[in-house]
Amino acid sequence: MQKRKRKQPWTTNRNTRIMPIEPPKRYRDLPSPTAAHDSGISRRSFLRASAGLAASVAGIAAALTPLRDLDEFPSVEEFLQKHYKELGKEEMDEVLDRISGEVERQYGIRPHLRDLKPMNGVEFVYALNLTRCIGCRKCVHACVAENNQSRSPEIQYIRVLKMPNGTLDVERSQHDYAPATVPEKGFYYMPVQCHQCKNPPCVKVCPVKATWQEADGITVIDYNWCIGCRYCEAACPYWARRFNFAKPSIPKEKINPNMSYLGNRPRPKGVVEKCHFCIQRTRAGKYPACLEVCPTGSRKFGNILDPDSEVSYILKNKRVFVLKEEVGTSPRFFYYFDI
Amino acid sequence: MRAVRNYLVFLIRSINQAFIGDWRYYLWIGFLAIWCLLGLNAYAKQYVHGLAITGMSDQVSWGVYIANFTFLVGVAAAAVMLVIPVYIYKNEELHDLVIFGELLAVAAIIMCLMFVGVDLGRPDRFWHALPGLGEFNFPGSVMSWDVIVLNGYLLLNIHICGYLLYSRYSNRKPAKWFYIPFVFIGIFWAISIHTVTAFLYVGLGGRPFWNSAIVGPRFIASAFTAGPAIIILALQVIRRVTDYHVPDRALLTLRSIVQVSMLINVFLLVNEVFKEFYTGNLHVASAKYLFLGLHGHSGLVPWIWTAIACNLVAMTILVLPVSKSLRWLDLACVLAIVGIWIEKGMGLIIPGFIPTPLGEIIEYTPTVNETLISFGIWAFGLLCYTLFLRMSVPILQGKICKANENGSDESESDQELRGVVMH
Repeated sequence: MQKRKRKQPWTTNRNTRIMPIEPPKRYRDLPSPTAAHDSGISRRSFLRASAGLAASVAGIAAALTPLRDLDEFPSVEEFLQKHYKELGKEEMDEVLDRISGEVERQYGIRPHLRDLKPMNGVEFVYALNLTRCIGCRKCVHACVAENNQSRSPEIQYIRVLKMPNGTLDVERSQHDYAPATVPEKGFYYMPVQCHQCKNPPCVKVCPVKATWQEADGITVIDYNWCIGCRYCEAACPYWARRFNFAKPSIPKEKINPNMSYLGNRPRPKGVVEKCHFCIQRTRAGKYPACLEVCPTGSRKFGNILDPDSEVSYILKNKRVFVLKEEVGTSPRFFYYFDI
Repeated sequence: MRAVRNYLVFLIRSINQAFIGDWRYYLWIGFLAIWCLLGLNAYAKQYVHGLAITGMSDQVSWGVYIANFTFLVGVAAAAVMLVIPVYIYKNEELHDLVIFGELLAVAAIIMCLMFVGVDLGRPDRFWHALPGLGEFNFPGSVMSWDVIVLNGYLLLNIHICGYLLYSRYSNRKPAKWFYIPFVFIGIFWAISIHTVTAFLYVGLGGRPFWNSAIVGPRFIASAFTAGPAIIILALQVIRRVTDYHVPDRALLTLRSIVQVSMLINVFLLVNEVFKEFYTGNLHVASAKYLFLGLHGHSGLVPWIWTAIACNLVAMTILVLPVSKSLRWLDLACVLAIVGIWIEKGMGLIIPGFIPTPLGEIIEYTPTVNETLISFGIWAFGLLCYTLFLRMSVPILQGKICKANENGSDESESDQELRGVVMH
């Protein structure tokens, strides 16, 4: 080993010029004393390198064997598909056609898949009557059926909290209550789903703009653009978002063929989804599934821009509040009490 | 053309060098390679079955991948703790060691990017996040900032190390204008990578455990403890397995960095614990879950107390003069690394999700597959670092340089000649 004492690592050679940059000619011209030896080494090292390379290739190939079970791989069209907002009318039609074909192949039913746009002069608002809700969870299951959610593992957009009377602290809620009958004395029930915030943290944090707020107030997700980083899940203060940890599985006979691109079409593995106010229904003039199924009439939905709508009346006249007002998200989902 | 050729020769020779070593070296490389392959195999399974084969859930939607990512960003950022003494305080002992620090940063950033990669549900859509090609939510999303600062930091460090090594190889004095500005940008950039990573969590108003101004400073303090601690251990290894001379004083300079950072780190932890528990408002739930357990759930309690014990013992050793002995210093470094890994990973990422914003408590334990992937990435990072060091040590020693390009090694008479002239 050479022990060189130097202040700057390069100064020695630069200042004193002991080592010419090119070796002196005389050394070069002479046959290297180790030349004969060299070729032996290089043959051996060649063999060793080849063996090493072969072993690595074999090792990598062996490690990758689980990929044999890969049943779906994105097609070129799907891989190269542009962001929702960049798609022209014709491109969108092609995409809808392609996805319809995929659904048909997988579930044996040709869906009625559309890309429904927001209606002019409409901003949707939801109001939920906490005095009436009895916590029966019918809305939870109607939502799963309407929105083609995965049944195994089951994904639910609505979580009903069983709250002890006298508090709004969700940390005191029960999620997995299962008595023979509801409601139970001393409790009220608070269903929570996507609040379609005016100031949505999930949209703000998405690194690829795969989720955004539409003109009618619905925050949507392009399932073909989401990269599955789950930052939006971490950002949501209402725990409204769900991730497809596994490939969604839906029995063929349970498929709802009335589909919307930004709504209830079957989702791929590895993307985020959530409540979209049943976009495939509400943008076609119907109520959301959770409202229609509610046996107590606790759920109200409508256009807040219409002063004569039911929701406008509720917001003006009832004792209304929003959940976690302090986080500044301005939800479009209101809770209220009857007197 | 000639420059390109020279550079290629330099690269090829360096890469060749990376695969030459004694049996211990091959054993180590082989050991790491096996773990890499196990990790790759586990990832292939995850790619097929989805993230369902991890311990993550909708309730705890980030786990050990993001925990390791967060820790390693800190390690990468800590490379500047070698740069600052050299370039600002002109501590020449550390001069060559800066390159080892920056190579560690490169390896750490590679690991960071891999940890983010394996956490994605749709890695096939990574191009959606490429500026220009996809839809890059900049400056809205802190994650897009993180993509920029991490990749920028990677490039900065590759440039600085690569240029300094190539200059040494071709026996030229590096042109100051071509690297000094980058060194200084790198100092600020290093702070920024960890601050931005902290902001990933701090910016979420719905997660009170993270939504605290002290998270950023705590990140920096813990990074500047764990990072230099790793560098100390790496230098000790270099000293033992190569004939490269690492002066004791360099290690002791690093010791004082670790010492001060650890004190600040523990101080900030005390601040946080006080704020959480003394006020006693509803937002204490996550901290309670972490430190004491909540409603009978206490999965993280043993972890965090292990971390605190490690940190306190490490701090005690570091402030005592006993840590001037390298054996004690090694022990303190190991304890500090373990303590901070737990604190940053299991102790910061996981409790942020527990309880959920709706008050549900679902605990998280990483699965075997997830752990294998994590070990695989660590092994790959260590493999990268080992190869980088294997390439750079002989270059720094002048054993591989432009002058001996033709022979397989410097001829003896050459060495003799140099030895005579130098002494």
